[in-house]
Amino acid sequence: MPLLELQGISKHFGAIEALKGIDLAIDAGEVVGLMGDNGAGKSTLVKIVAGNFLPSEGELRLDGIVKHFRRPVDARTDGIEVVYQDLALCDNLTAAANVFLGRELKRRIGPLVILDYKAMYARAAELFKELKSETRPRDLVKLMSGGQRQAVAIARTRLANAKMVLMDEPTAAISVRQVAEVLDLIHRLKDRGIAVVLISHRMPDVFAVCDRVVVMRRGRKVADKAIASSSPEEVTGLITGAIQAA
Amino acid sequence: MSSDTFRPIPSSVAIEDVTGLKERNLLQKLLASQPFWVTIALIAMVLVMTWDQPDAFASADNFFNITRNFAFIGIMAIGMTAVILTGGIDLSVGSIMGLAGVVSGLVLQSEGHWVLAILAGLLTGAAVGVVNGVLISYVGLPAFVVTLGMLSGARSLAIVLSENKMIYEFGPWGDSFNALGGGSIFGIANPVWVLLALAIIFSIILNFTGWGNYLYAIGSNENAARLTGVPVRRIKLQAYIVSGLTAALSAVLIVGWQGSAINALGQGYELRVIASTVIGGADLMGGQGGAYGAVIGAALIEVIRNSLLMAGVDSNWQGAFVGLFIVLAVLLQRIRGKGSA
Repeated sequence: MPLLELQGISKHFGAIEALKGIDLAIDAGEVVGLMGDNGAGKSTLVKIVAGNFLPSEGELRLDGIVKHFRRPVDARTDGIEVVYQDLALCDNLTAAANVFLGRELKRRIGPLVILDYKAMYARAAELFKELKSETRPRDLVKLMSGGQRQAVAIARTRLANAKMVLMDEPTAAISVRQVAEVLDLIHRLKDRGIAVVLISHRMPDVFAVCDRVVVMRRGRKVADKAIASSSPEEVTGLITGAIQAA
Repeated sequence: MSSDTFRPIPSSVAIEDVTGLKERNLLQKLLASQPFWVTIALIAMVLVMTWDQPDAFASADNFFNITRNFAFIGIMAIGMTAVILTGGIDLSVGSIMGLAGVVSGLVLQSEGHWVLAILAGLLTGAAVGVVNGVLISYVGLPAFVVTLGMLSGARSLAIVLSENKMIYEFGPWGDSFNALGGGSIFGIANPVWVLLALAIIFSIILNFTGWGNYLYAIGSNENAARLTGVPVRRIKLQAYIVSGLTAALSAVLIVGWQGSAINALGQGYELRVIASTVIGGADLMGGQGGAYGAVIGAALIEVIRNSLLMAGVDSNWQGAFVGLFIVLAVLLQRIRGKGSA
């Protein structure tokens, strides 16, 4: 049984049809590259899985159970974590506060429940170490480099026992060395049986880490095949429409 | 050429060494904080005035007056800080003060118990906060517009309720009520004690609780806060309720001190309250500020006013000086912001 199963997912915003009848199945520990031109519907699809909005039609099943994610928190509770393209970080907060945003560690002093900064700094430091990122938990995010910000956003997904991590353009705005680190991390997630959906415009990244590539064009899925049986040239053709379907 | 040149670069430091580092030590943090510099300015001003007017300025009476005067503004500024942290604004606090004061006065006039009068006043403030908060966070209207409307609406309601008359016949419980706002403990006016207690409570809330943390998160990046599961709407609604409550609390105290309630109470206070928070380091874009800053900002404005009076400057100049300090405070913030970013 696949971990995530989408069946006939459609989404329209008024007269605009963003998604038309998408079927997709993803297994645990599988890394799937989601590719397509701007406006092809990648982000819409990811947002439906992440719980940003409900599909207009179709069904979403996680471990075989039908789910209706109304809010991002619902999806997260069921083990789906997202790294957003803009990273969704609060600049005025520290790295640790950002990692734990929405699920802070707390401790009790008599009748008071207060934030457990010590534990959060320690856990955040552990996560950054695991990600091999030189990020200091007490630093404000606004003072950080692109790679460090990326590390903060990715560290978030490691807090709970995620089943699936959705990454929206994680390698778009970081240095070459940091791209290698992010790809490394994707491998490590895979080793732990976590499924990863990688949305990327960078062909080399997709071919470096993904098991499977899904190509979308104008709201439809036009290809879904193993990386080994495809090529960057074919994928480019599929994205632009030079090749109709594969 | 020395052999040093060929020494291999030591392998990069272990990650634990980096992740364990603290960003800045306490002194650096202090030097980078706006309330610290405002405190320095306040102390400097007090010292100069003490040297210049040892009898008039540095007297126990004047100290009593200054602290009581800024307590009313300071209490409201603490509530305003919660709103401004989320990136919002509450222009209606002055009118809430007028309305809550009139409601409390009416309860006393109709021979209600002083506890009832206080509760009615606070409830009024909270209710106005709920209206503001629902329109802003659930309906999605801009805070500036909603609270500007409330500035007009609540004031008008206060005039209607009071039938445009001063309320001063407080009935049998009037003395107890007046003793709360007008009295003092250990030579310090009661409103000042209330301010101190609130400042301590809110410092703890803002720095050590999830709720306080969420205020900063919302003001810093509302969308990120929503995506990570922060109950953004609820927290924003609560911030406006807090602002309404502190305005009402200040109203109850000021009515007690003056022994009467007029519907013009608190007119123009919204600007003094906002000025206090801004001088104390709050960023109107949200995500920055604190309880201590709000209090010290209010204190600075009051000391400036008082000093100008003592120095014999025409009182019509007060506004110009307060305005100057607001602009200077934001300028200081901008300069510090450039240094750290």
